[in-house]
Amino acid sequence: MSDVLLPLPYAMPLAGAALGLLLWRWQNALRLLGLGILAATVAAAIGVLMAVADRGVIAVQIGGWPAPLGITLVADRLSALMLLVSSTVLLAILLYAVGQGVVGHSEAEPNFFYPAYLTLAAGVCLVFLAGDLFNLFVAFEVMLAASYVLLTLGPNPARMHAGMTYAVVSLTSSILFLTSVAVTYAATGTVNLADLSVRTANLPEGLRTVLALMFLVVFGIKGAVAPLHLWLPDSYPAAITKITAVFAALLTKTAVYALIRTQTLLFPDGRIGTVLLVLAAATMLIGLLGALTQQDIHRVLSFALVGHIGYLVFGLGLLSVAGLTGAIVYLVHHIVVQATLFLVSDIMQDETGETSLERLGGLAGSSAFLAALFFVPAMSLSGVPPLSGFVAKLALLEAGFGSDRTLGRAVAAVAVLTGLLTLIAMSRVWTLAFWRPHTPSGEPGPAPEPGERPDPNPGGRPDPDAGGRPDPPLGPEPGERPGLSRPQRYSRGLVRAVTAGMVALGLAIAVFAGPLTSWSLQAAADLVDRTAYRQAVGEGRNP
Amino acid sequence: MSLVLLIVIGVLFAVGFHLLLQRSLIRIVAGFVLLGHGSTLALLVAGGPAGDPPLLGRVRRGPMTDPLPQAMALTAIVITFGVTAFLLALAYRSRVFLGEDEVPDDVEDRRIAAEARRGDYDEEGGG
Repeated sequence: MSDVLLPLPYAMPLAGAALGLLLWRWQNALRLLGLGILAATVAAAIGVLMAVADRGVIAVQIGGWPAPLGITLVADRLSALMLLVSSTVLLAILLYAVGQGVVGHSEAEPNFFYPAYLTLAAGVCLVFLAGDLFNLFVAFEVMLAASYVLLTLGPNPARMHAGMTYAVVSLTSSILFLTSVAVTYAATGTVNLADLSVRTANLPEGLRTVLALMFLVVFGIKGAVAPLHLWLPDSYPAAITKITAVFAALLTKTAVYALIRTQTLLFPDGRIGTVLLVLAAATMLIGLLGALTQQDIHRVLSFALVGHIGYLVFGLGLLSVAGLTGAIVYLVHHIVVQATLFLVSDIMQDETGETSLERLGGLAGSSAFLAALFFVPAMSLSGVPPLSGFVAKLALLEAGFGSDRTLGRAVAAVAVLTGLLTLIAMSRVWTLAFWRPHTPSGEPGPAPEPGERPDPNPGGRPDPDAGGRPDPPLGPEPGERPGLSRPQRYSRGLVRAVTAGMVALGLAIAVFAGPLTSWSLQAAADLVDRTAYRQAVGEGRNP
Repeated sequence: MSLVLLIVIGVLFAVGFHLLLQRSLIRIVAGFVLLGHGSTLALLVAGGPAGDPPLLGRVRRGPMTDPLPQAMALTAIVITFGVTAFLLALAYRSRVFLGEDEVPDDVEDRRIAAEARRGDYDEEGGG
């Protein structure tokens, strides 16, 4: 059963991408295909999760080649959880894109959007399932190749520039990854993770440290860990915003996942734990201090993203079950919340045509629903109780302050400070974009003029989530009719419903924090213990 | 393990990284190609010394070549090939848009640098 189930989460999107290339003329067919495939992927991810809950770690040898030689797919509690969360977010963002595309923005859905998006989904799922280093490399390449295409969709000079930066930096890290795989193979004679977890123990200490550091650099670049984060705030904001949302939610997280996987499985003695902690503190501070200085809302969010990668590295650097538990809960929380924030900022951009905090303003008055949509995830990101960010931060901070290492407690203090900085950065966005009256400075030609008071409009659809308050019409963009046509209203409703759904998902994480934490605790214990993982892969060796 | 191969890998990496740090896009792409070659070669070297072809039943005697790194090297070659094609397309597109092959200055960097300079002048003017 699991033989069939385990490859599905990446095989289906890949097949869908191929089919999508054939169907590229028919937008509606593409939409149905994309949504159908990703819905099926979510279902498969749920299946994997249930199988893992039932039987522990499951492994499949593709093609029947025995374990150390063939391609192994493994799902343990961590990968099953990541699979489910990322496939859900992928589906939600695709739904959002479909919602925007109904109006017929040519920019919203270029022809290659669906195939590239599905390929990206396949890559992300394969990263979580890969049971050997080389397959992990291939998974990252599949994911990144799709992301280069997505980042440069709807080409303009800024995107070309960003795409080049992004592609070259990612490729450099891929080359380093490949070299690390080569060095690992030369040293141990295997690339199978389970096999490696046994064999790295016999390596000389110096070599083990070098390997651990090489993988840290590789995944540090891909995951934007300071000081290797410089590419991220320069490239992510240039993409179409919903694509930035996918990248921010998933791409850096897959790198952090790979970092957690390699460090716990291959180098459990934690010789680079100190390095990880110092880098975590640097990442948090640099990211959030950067976020405070930015004027563009997408850049603010991108810097905040960098800063919050620090929390994940912090959890890993503590080298304890408690720390890993915190990191896993934080991963789940951050995937959902960061995607939501980017989606909300996309709606803001749609309404006002602006992304600069200097020119935004008065949105709370003109669209209370949107304000609520922004406020909840922003506060959650800052760790305000009782939202999901608080739960995740609490788990991490408990692990940090409970650590017996002074450095661990010191970095926990930095994490508290970073939480505060996040709150300041988010409040700044809130105050400038939503709260203050709209006084445009440096007005561009056709003034976006969301009226101070929301006029009860005939075109607007009453929002169920905003207590029946009517929404003002779309911010009058240059040349746009004030009254919305029917498909436009549907599109707008779908876009907002998806975003509201993402906010609700974030809230659900807080509500179901108990089960999530206990699942993460077991996942972390499995990561540290490693025997279940080895056994599951080993069983496949002699079927 | 051949020393020559190791030196070649080292040279490829050195030249590759040097080219990667240039401003001209075509040089960056060339740098990436060289880095790709270097890492592919590293994978081959990781397989140990060459021996008989790894075909069961057809080997005479002696040790076989390890086929696994070769399979990985092939995959890596395919990936770098595809990505190089994409990079070239991107560099061409960039040239069409920007009219030149150079990586432009980062706008944000320039803004901050300009602010810093202005700040310096202000201080000098005040002092």
